[in-house]
Amino acid sequence: MASENDAIAVTGAVPAGQAESERAGMDRRGFLKTLGAAGACALTAGHAAAAPAGPDEEPCGVLVDTTRCAGCRTCERVCAEAHGLPAPDESDDVMKVVRSPSERALTVVNRYETRAGEVFVKRQCMHCLLPACASACLTRAMFKTPEGPVVWREKKCMGCRFCMVSCPFEVPRFEYHSPVPRIVKCSLCWDRLKAGQRPACVENCPAEALVFGKRSQLLEEAQRRIQGSPETYVHQIYGEREVGGTSYLYLAAVPFDQLGFRADLGDTAYPLLTREFLYGVPVVLTLLPALLLAISNATKENQDPSHHEATHGRLDAHTGNRA
Amino acid sequence: MAVSTLTPGTALREAGGFLRFFLRELKPKGKLLTPFNLLSAPIMLLGVVLLVIRFARGLGAITNLSQDYPWGLWVGFDVITGVAFAGGAYVVTFMVYVLRQEKYHPIVRITVLNGLLAYVFYAGALLLDLGRPWKVVNPIIGNSFGVSSVMFLVAWHFLLYMLAEFIEFSPTVAEWVGRRRAARVLGSLTLGATIFGITLSTLHQSGLGALFLMAKSKIHPLWYSEFIPILFLVSSVFAGLSMVILEGTISRKVFGARMSPVHHTSHRGIVLGLSRVCAGTLFVYLFLKALVFIHGQQVPLLATPLGLWFLVEVAGFVLVPCVLFALAVRRESLALCRVAAAMTLVGIVLNRLNVSIVAFRWYDPVRYVPSWGEVVVTLTVIFAEIWVLRWVVERMPVLSEAPGWVSVVRAPVPATGHAELLKEA
Ligand code: SF4
Ligand code: SF4
Repeated sequence: MASENDAIAVTGAVPAGQAESERAGMDRRGFLKTLGAAGACALTAGHAAAAPAGPDEEPCGVLVDTTRCAGCRTCERVCAEAHGLPAPDESDDVMKVVRSPSERALTVVNRYETRAGEVFVKRQCMHCLLPACASACLTRAMFKTPEGPVVWREKKCMGCRFCMVSCPFEVPRFEYHSPVPRIVKCSLCWDRLKAGQRPACVENCPAEALVFGKRSQLLEEAQRRIQGSPETYVHQIYGEREVGGTSYLYLAAVPFDQLGFRADLGDTAYPLLTREFLYGVPVVLTLLPALLLAISNATKENQDPSHHEATHGRLDAHTGNRA
Repeated sequence: MAVSTLTPGTALREAGGFLRFFLRELKPKGKLLTPFNLLSAPIMLLGVVLLVIRFARGLGAITNLSQDYPWGLWVGFDVITGVAFAGGAYVVTFMVYVLRQEKYHPIVRITVLNGLLAYVFYAGALLLDLGRPWKVVNPIIGNSFGVSSVMFLVAWHFLLYMLAEFIEFSPTVAEWVGRRRAARVLGSLTLGATIFGITLSTLHQSGLGALFLMAKSKIHPLWYSEFIPILFLVSSVFAGLSMVILEGTISRKVFGARMSPVHHTSHRGIVLGLSRVCAGTLFVYLFLKALVFIHGQQVPLLATPLGLWFLVEVAGFVLVPCVLFALAVRRESLALCRVAAAMTLVGIVLNRLNVSIVAFRWYDPVRYVPSWGEVVVTLTVIFAEIWVLRWVVERMPVLSEAPGWVSVVRAPVPATGHAELLKEA
């Protein structure tokens, strides 16, 4: 554990650009929740959201350590508050079934009985590095920000739900009972990030199960935890490679397929599944018409004698042929 | 165009004349109380009511769509199956204008019309399914080009293809309204529109398959492969032609009186010819399916319920019609051709619905089953298309001879373009 604290002392520097008052209010616990020199992950105050990522700019993310999660579901509550959604049902009954994020709850905590005892797993959008949803979206309403979060933009979306079909984690949800429906999913609290704050769930997790920071540093931290207590963790960081890597990373004490994670998604980024097809499109668009025109001309020449005849009014011969 | 020589005054009078002509033509021809009308009209009315509810209260009000099944009957059947059925237009125009197989010329107009209307109605049904249809212009005019999206490609191609088909069909409209010069000019665009249309079709027929490439983790392995786009493209050939064969049969019954003699006499040869193409492409398709199957080492999967269902689709409705088509061609049996065509169409419905619905999230015990509202709206779309088709066929020279001033030159070698011929005449 000592190594872990060292690491945080090194990397948990005060977020650049954050308001002085906030800086002062940040206790040790606050540091624990943020990794990396820029707590707001390259989102210094006033930083334009649309600014392109520099070569050294790195996506931020969240590390979820399920061995620390106590299942208090504070994240569910504060998430609902932060996004103006109905307060979640706090009773234990809802925990009896495995839930997915819904159009009324961007994040949910599930409980699993495992050989390591009860394990709680918070689920939400994984904020893939190469998101299927964004590459599926024909209006660029689903959009991968250079800073990491994958966000949905109301002004653009036409509601085709192709993002839902494509997302391997089945995250985007649709408001089926609204005449003006929206696609609903976790945005990694994009608005809070822009204001220099951390995601609401991370900010409020009392068990310190969530850490916010640059993805590379989260990975290092995760490795450190695994190496620090190899008997506690399975030696896998879910999200490190899955579907090309995700900004949400998970640590667990039992294999991930026992915790509702699909183990069969593969490491290939989903947009690559359609890339070959899309690369073929311009080729077909340029070559096929030329080919068709050539064939058409060739067949015209073949028919030339009859064509000649026909244009000179000898028509019945052809009608006869056809009959 | 003819209009360019007109002064504003005469143009106005022209427009008025056309409006009167159009209003006159709008009146129904023939009996109103036919069994088809009596069946379809109430369903369409109900469909309209349901659509009003759908737009007022959201998709959930009349559909069984869910978070887990974002696409249901409207996408799976109306759009994806409907567009495969409409594939006949690009195949037939390819045979007539590119390969110049004159034999098929009599069915070009009706096939193009069918294709055009199928796209307008079935691809148009996508609008009913869009949650936010008022944003549909975004990927077209807007600053929101999602060029990495297969859906972007498909949407654009639908649009452009409708335009191409409209150009291909436009000489017919011009003949109907009696515009000689317009008919000539538009006719000269046919070859270009055809080539453009065929190119677009190959891309969006396969593109409809490519929509499912990223649903890799959700579609049963027997139906998922990286070759879905090619399978969709190849199957659109025999799907479209089977539709042409069946439509031809129905048209002869319904519109027999309007058909030109050329049409009647050529029917047999055309059906047999198309059947030969169907048999060939069905065989190619089977071959591809077998390759994918063997490559994926999927034999053990066959012993599951979905495996049997897969066999029903592939053996029952691909292999069998393939053999039937071949037999029909050899025996020159039109009846057998029709049976094979009908079975092929069933096979296409099965395949497209299997990919988009049955094999989608096959592991989920909660299944999507379309609501009655979804079925009624689907029927509404189909009936509406038939009504418009009938309206057009009964007025424009689609199956019938073109007006005298065209037919002299049109009938024999239309492939060389009306314009050229008219010049000579
Ligand atoms: S988890 Fe799904 S919704 Fe979230 S970024 Fe990845 S593909 Fe998009
Ligand atoms: S539903 Fe909206 S966000 Fe999703 S793919 Fe369609 S347009 Fe994009």
